[in-house]
Amino acid sequence: MRISYREAMRQALHDALASDPRVFLMGEDVGRYGGTYAVSKGFYDEFGPERIRDTPLSELGFVGAGIGAALGGMRPIVEVMTVNFSLLALDQIVNSAALLRHMSGGQVSVPLVIRMATGAGRQLAAQHSHSLENWYAHIPGIRVLAPATIADARGMLAPALADPDPVVMFEHAQLYNMEGKLPDNWQCDIERAAIRRPGSQLSLITYGGSLPKALDAAAELARDGIDVEVVDLRVLRPLDTETIAESVSRTHRAVIVDEGWRSGSLAAEVMARIVENCFYDLDAPPVRVCSEEVPIPYAKHMEGAALPQPAKIVAAVREVLNV
Amino acid sequence: MNETGGKTKAGTGMPVQPGRPFAHRLLADMLRIRRMEEKCAELYGAQKIRGFLHLYIGEEACATGAMHALDADDNVVATYREHGHALLRGVPMDAIMAEMFGKAAGCSRGRGGSMHLFDAARRFYGGNAIVGGGLPLAVGLALADRMQGIRRVTACFFGEGAVAEGAFHEGMNLAALWRLPVLFLCENNLYAMGTALDRSESQTELCVKAASYKVPTLKVDGMDVLAVHEATRRAAQQVREEGGPFFVEFRTFRFRAHSMFDPELYRDKAEVEEWKKRGPIHSFSAQLKAAGELTEDGFLELDAEAEAEVAAAVAFAEAAPWEPVEDLLRDVTTPGATR
Amino acid sequence: MFDFTLPSLGADMDEGKLIEWKVKPGDAVSKGQVVAIVDTSKAAVDVEIWQDGVVHELLIEPGERIPVGTVLATLLEPGEEAPPQGAARGGRQAGARAPAAPGAGAAETARLRISPAARKRAEALGVDLARLNGSGPGGAVTLADVEVAVQPGAPKAPEAAPAAHPAADRNAEMRRAIAAAMSRSKREIPHYYLSETIPMARAQNWLTQANEGRPITERLLMAVVQLKAVAAALAQYPEMNGFFRDGRFEPVQAAHIGVAISLRQGGLIAPALHDVGSKPLDQLMRELADLVKRTRAGSLRSSEMSDPTITVTNLGEQGVETVMGVIYPPQVALVGFGRIMERPWVEDGALVALPTVVASLAADHRVSDGHRGALFLAELRERLLRPEEL
Repeated sequence: MRISYREAMRQALHDALASDPRVFLMGEDVGRYGGTYAVSKGFYDEFGPERIRDTPLSELGFVGAGIGAALGGMRPIVEVMTVNFSLLALDQIVNSAALLRHMSGGQVSVPLVIRMATGAGRQLAAQHSHSLENWYAHIPGIRVLAPATIADARGMLAPALADPDPVVMFEHAQLYNMEGKLPDNWQCDIERAAIRRPGSQLSLITYGGSLPKALDAAAELARDGIDVEVVDLRVLRPLDTETIAESVSRTHRAVIVDEGWRSGSLAAEVMARIVENCFYDLDAPPVRVCSEEVPIPYAKHMEGAALPQPAKIVAAVREVLNV
Repeated sequence: MNETGGKTKAGTGMPVQPGRPFAHRLLADMLRIRRMEEKCAELYGAQKIRGFLHLYIGEEACATGAMHALDADDNVVATYREHGHALLRGVPMDAIMAEMFGKAAGCSRGRGGSMHLFDAARRFYGGNAIVGGGLPLAVGLALADRMQGIRRVTACFFGEGAVAEGAFHEGMNLAALWRLPVLFLCENNLYAMGTALDRSESQTELCVKAASYKVPTLKVDGMDVLAVHEATRRAAQQVREEGGPFFVEFRTFRFRAHSMFDPELYRDKAEVEEWKKRGPIHSFSAQLKAAGELTEDGFLELDAEAEAEVAAAVAFAEAAPWEPVEDLLRDVTTPGATR
Repeated sequence: MFDFTLPSLGADMDEGKLIEWKVKPGDAVSKGQVVAIVDTSKAAVDVEIWQDGVVHELLIEPGERIPVGTVLATLLEPGEEAPPQGAARGGRQAGARAPAAPGAGAAETARLRISPAARKRAEALGVDLARLNGSGPGGAVTLADVEVAVQPGAPKAPEAAPAAHPAADRNAEMRRAIAAAMSRSKREIPHYYLSETIPMARAQNWLTQANEGRPITERLLMAVVQLKAVAAALAQYPEMNGFFRDGRFEPVQAAHIGVAISLRQGGLIAPALHDVGSKPLDQLMRELADLVKRTRAGSLRSSEMSDPTITVTNLGEQGVETVMGVIYPPQVALVGFGRIMERPWVEDGALVALPTVVASLAADHRVSDGHRGALFLAELRERLLRPEEL
């Protein structure tokens, strides 16, 4: 069955709401409006305003309320419209959700799922194009997910809700319209990275909205006889070092693609783990393809130039392979 | 309804004379908080307690009056000046003192310290050291109760400093908008660390702010334990019966510095001395003595009991073992689940 | 314009003799390219250049002996114009740049670009990385370069020690090199000496059993058992294993044991048997046999010359009972084994005749003390008493 990423996410949310009365969805325009990205369209009528709860523009307030509701026995799914606005709720996510278990000496857990759109590519300019997954991936106490395929959009929410600790889920806005076949076995874990395309000469490691770009680049390289492996991190915290190291030990080379800015990026963390774990297997220095260090511009050609693109990925791979 | 068992002044619902056992309980609890915190200050000097230590001395009537007006099943969310609240919630003084020492026997296993006292079994949700951070949590706890059909009040303590935070306004709005059973209890001690209320707020009448969200309000003398108790009791009753939130302001004063790091350059000694004349323990015991409900010997007996409890708690904390450092990484995430 | 100077190709190399230029003026050279062959008195070594450029002037003629740091040639930066005639610098003045204290401030050589994976593979295959041309980014030697190099029919690098050198010359040079190193050792290193008599009956019995049924070519020698025992003891006493340089001790984790090998024509070389601690005895035996063969054929690898972290000398074959050795700088210890011979031995109050060996330790007092040295020898004894664990 071919469905869109949006539809896969919608089905996942529907399953969760229909199967567990403790689950409710809360956020800006999730209800009557149907969700900013139309992911929760129709839910308001089906599940009612209590469980499909429209909120005021109060990110700090409603994310905090989600944390409190999780403490109180519910399984809230809080939708923050985009990662840009999540900065208004950063205090509650970092100072409460991530810390309560530890500060209480293990007495309480916060079974909360926070979903947010992320990323650039739609000419939304500097304040609506952030890719700050690495900020959240820095924090002990939360799990960070980046579903980048139809199957992960369908499968990741259930284990995220089953996780007793806070889970932050990043949905790249460019992926919602992506269509593909939903495999029969879309159920998945939220532990491991996945090899999306096996290859022998180089590991192309990426996540989220950069995955389709990396796969495009790999396909183009394959036409020239260059055989590249594509690794989808999927889980940005805790990182699956084992899969990364296994792949790079085999291919001996790595290019990391990350829409975040290069300095202090997730790509930097991945590279550090490669060097820590695979130094003696490396046949060339690892290379990063990240966003240029500039706020994301509005003009289309400038925005495109600021972001990782298949052509940049191809060039980086060729540089590392010296071909 | 008057659960204190005392006499009620016609028309006001305010008791003039509480029943003797209850009055003695209130006095005893204020003394327990006072003696415990005095000991903490001493132990801080002896370097047994470290980090930030925010003492509640002078404000005991607020926690004492309010806690006695809550049900055992209610949720409590508190601030970093929460030693007294935790104690009166039923957290054993041993566990509080051990937490201050950083011992594994502490109520947060030594991971939280003075600012992060927790007791999930007693529905005491900390111990929050981000000013205003507890308000959205309280809203969420109340939301969970409402969605699960549980009739419970969530009491949320905060200082007047929190009123300047966005979290206050967002929390107040959400609670009112969604008609959630949150009892907002503002301990207005007039200084946010060193900044006086009128130097930080254009509107110093805090009830006006709450009322702007259509939240009903009460303002009482926070140095008067009976007034605090009665106001909280009435507010909690309304929340329980009608579902929506309530805002109570206690006018109070802390006699000691903000924390152990505070040189107190921002307020006059005279102002502190003036407030001390109205000290809650001193004035309540005088009131009881005048009414023939308390003798000096009776007072000394209560005080000795408090001192004995403190001494036992300190001995317990001293003797308690340290958590082994091999356990450092525990309680970051919940073990066993999907990992 | 930049200078190409004679690099130090080993810690004890103070000078070298230019055998052959591989480039001529006007040649473009790239980083990693072999430009000259230099005899270090122990072996002929390919010398690479570490910077791209164009050869301007060769200042030294083949056959000349020059100290480390001497300018051998001048080169132009890529794109740089040649200076007018006569402006070129003379080689002899430049030669004065040779460091005053030999060895200490020897010219820094840039690090060859070799990927970590290529380095690991090259070590496993016994490929001399310095002889490979890199195909990776920036001319780095990659895994593929190493693998190509060991395939049959791969282009051979020039053999070391060209026949152009009469043996007598070589021997004299080697004598000089040994003289320099040993004089430096006795001048700089405060040696202390310890010895211990070790019963060898168990080791001999075990070895006899282990060799039972093996063809002669695959039999283990006691020397290998001793080397392995030394490596095992070093793991407990790391202060015997490493280098003393620039006033401080640099421990090395792996035991690269220099095996003193006497040459038929006279003289001595102690090339490294790498990673003795982590290799099984069979492999060590094969590698030792190969090392001895290549040493005597004069075809050692540069890493084998410079890597030893300790030296073991076994003069048992020559019949001596005890060896008191001289430490090979910058190493900090030397272990000697004498002949295994029956000696009277008291065991459980009875006098018996037992095969024993005297193991000795010469160690650097700047790094370790006699107490630790004694413990090291005791550990070595214990290891040799339990050969089955090696």
